[in-house]
Amino acid sequence: MSRFKITGLQAFQWFNYAFLSVAAFLCLVPIIHVLALSLSSASAAGAGEVLLWPVEFTLSSYKFVIMKEQFLQGTWVSAQRVVLGTAINCLLTILIAYPLSKSSRSFRSRSVYAWYFVFTMLFGGGLIPHYITVKSTGLIDSIWALVLPTAVPVFNVILLLNFFRSLPKEVEESGLIDGASHFRIMWSIYVPLAMPAIATITLFSLVGHWNSWFDGIIFMNDPHNYPLQSYLQTILIKRDVSFITPEEVKTLIHVSERTSKAAQVFVATLPILLIYPFLQRYFVSGIVLGSVKE
Amino acid sequence: MRKKHKINWPFHAMLFPGVLLVFVYCYIPMAGIMIAFQKFNPGKGVFHSPWVGWDNFRFVFAMEDTLQVIYNTVFIAVLKIVVGFVVPILFALLLNEVRKTLFKRTVQTLVYLPHFMSWVILGGILVDILSPSNGLVGKAISFLGLEPVFFLGRNDWFPFVLVLSDVWKEFGFGTIVYLAALTSINPSLYEAAKIDGANRWKQTIHISIPGIVPMIVLVGTLSLGNVLNAGFDQVYNLYSPLVYERGDIIDTLIYRLGLESAQYGVATALGLFKSLVSFVLIATSYFVAYRFANYRIF
Repeated sequence: MSRFKITGLQAFQWFNYAFLSVAAFLCLVPIIHVLALSLSSASAAGAGEVLLWPVEFTLSSYKFVIMKEQFLQGTWVSAQRVVLGTAINCLLTILIAYPLSKSSRSFRSRSVYAWYFVFTMLFGGGLIPHYITVKSTGLIDSIWALVLPTAVPVFNVILLLNFFRSLPKEVEESGLIDGASHFRIMWSIYVPLAMPAIATITLFSLVGHWNSWFDGIIFMNDPHNYPLQSYLQTILIKRDVSFITPEEVKTLIHVSERTSKAAQVFVATLPILLIYPFLQRYFVSGIVLGSVKE
Repeated sequence: MRKKHKINWPFHAMLFPGVLLVFVYCYIPMAGIMIAFQKFNPGKGVFHSPWVGWDNFRFVFAMEDTLQVIYNTVFIAVLKIVVGFVVPILFALLLNEVRKTLFKRTVQTLVYLPHFMSWVILGGILVDILSPSNGLVGKAISFLGLEPVFFLGRNDWFPFVLVLSDVWKEFGFGTIVYLAALTSINPSLYEAAKIDGANRWKQTIHISIPGIVPMIVLVGTLSLGNVLNAGFDQVYNLYSPLVYERGDIIDTLIYRLGLESAQYGVATALGLFKSLVSFVLIATSYFVAYRFANYRIF
């Protein structure tokens, strides 16, 4: 008899596992649906038969995508901005976080500099002055328009400077006694010790640059210079058909608009799907570091 | 004194490139708010455009849409703040009850996923699955024998679609800080409670929740700064003229006024209004967090 008795705790555990599984599944459903659509035939997708599994499996959408010039061009621009932008973000974050991690006693202007950067998180000029500034520095239609205005990610600076401050002071002192310069101490001691925090800020910059679309739309007059997300914005949201070339119209007989869009969405999401699970340990500790300070 | 100066020069040198870039791309645009008081002409530039005093502000607040747009912004943002505040706390508490590590880690990884996807991608996916004719959700509703709804085209539904999809995207990421706070609770507290005969529910009420209260207060306070941030990226990628009535927000209006209709002065005036109110809100929330949650920005 007692074998069949279910306690309140057991009932809760069952409910809890079921609920959490459903919630996790709901976070995954959209991308599974997109993947299924992208691998289905044009007619099955058009008839709305595809749910979470491909119907009439075909790779023709992917063949279409890897031939699509504008998609490849966008990927190339995005790759450039990610590499350039993340490198500049990380370098500047380290260069700013190191001196700001010193105590006000050893670096007297510390608070002035810190407020100089933090104030930009509290107040901004707004869209129009920002646009006019970027325009008047001559960056329109240049890759630098996607990199320089966001060169200093203040949130990342705060994160890294808090990590630096949690390192023992003796680290710096021993370096100074051995006659190392501050550049040397920063680069050869602090940076290697801060690798978990640097992995975090690198991930944030990388994802930020890969996902940015608005700056591409407003700062690029020539759609040829659009990064991938800006190009996707125009085809997914604005339904702009001017990107389709006459040769591509022929292949569209086998590939519907819906399946080709799904394939492009999936390819654009793939890098993120491949990266973030492996950096989870780092960004979790990074987020905690950014919010809890002693 | 001289010696100190000598030691500090590397610090100034390290900061210089960052200071310069922030000056050009953050502080010069702040000075650009004077466009709000001009009849700005891109050909003449900031220094030669005629000044018009408060005319742009009068024009903005005389427009019939503006008050509705401000209302929409606050409505959407406040709903997002409230729901987006509660859900991660509950989810973290439930996840904390899971003892199987592999299951817990898998759920965590999956719920973080939407945070890393852009609103362009998610907007594209939502437009597809919410399509009333052959979208995934439309199919499910038809399957239940109900009439499919055009969620993205109806003013009564649109704000709630925004809130729901935003919470869906961010709740997982929001659990991180609470899970960290929960794991840092001293396990001997639970041991002692067990010996005293407290069941799991009692342990949650008297140990887990008090353990994360400081974090709850902090996150809640800091989120107050977002009352005018209804989420440009999301709204811009989901809305259409059909739902301007309830879905248009300050940021999208600024974009359309400024970059689509070239009314630079008017758009800057509205932007300045938003920046100033947000500044007061953020500064207040930081101050409250500083006073009551012992929070330091740096």
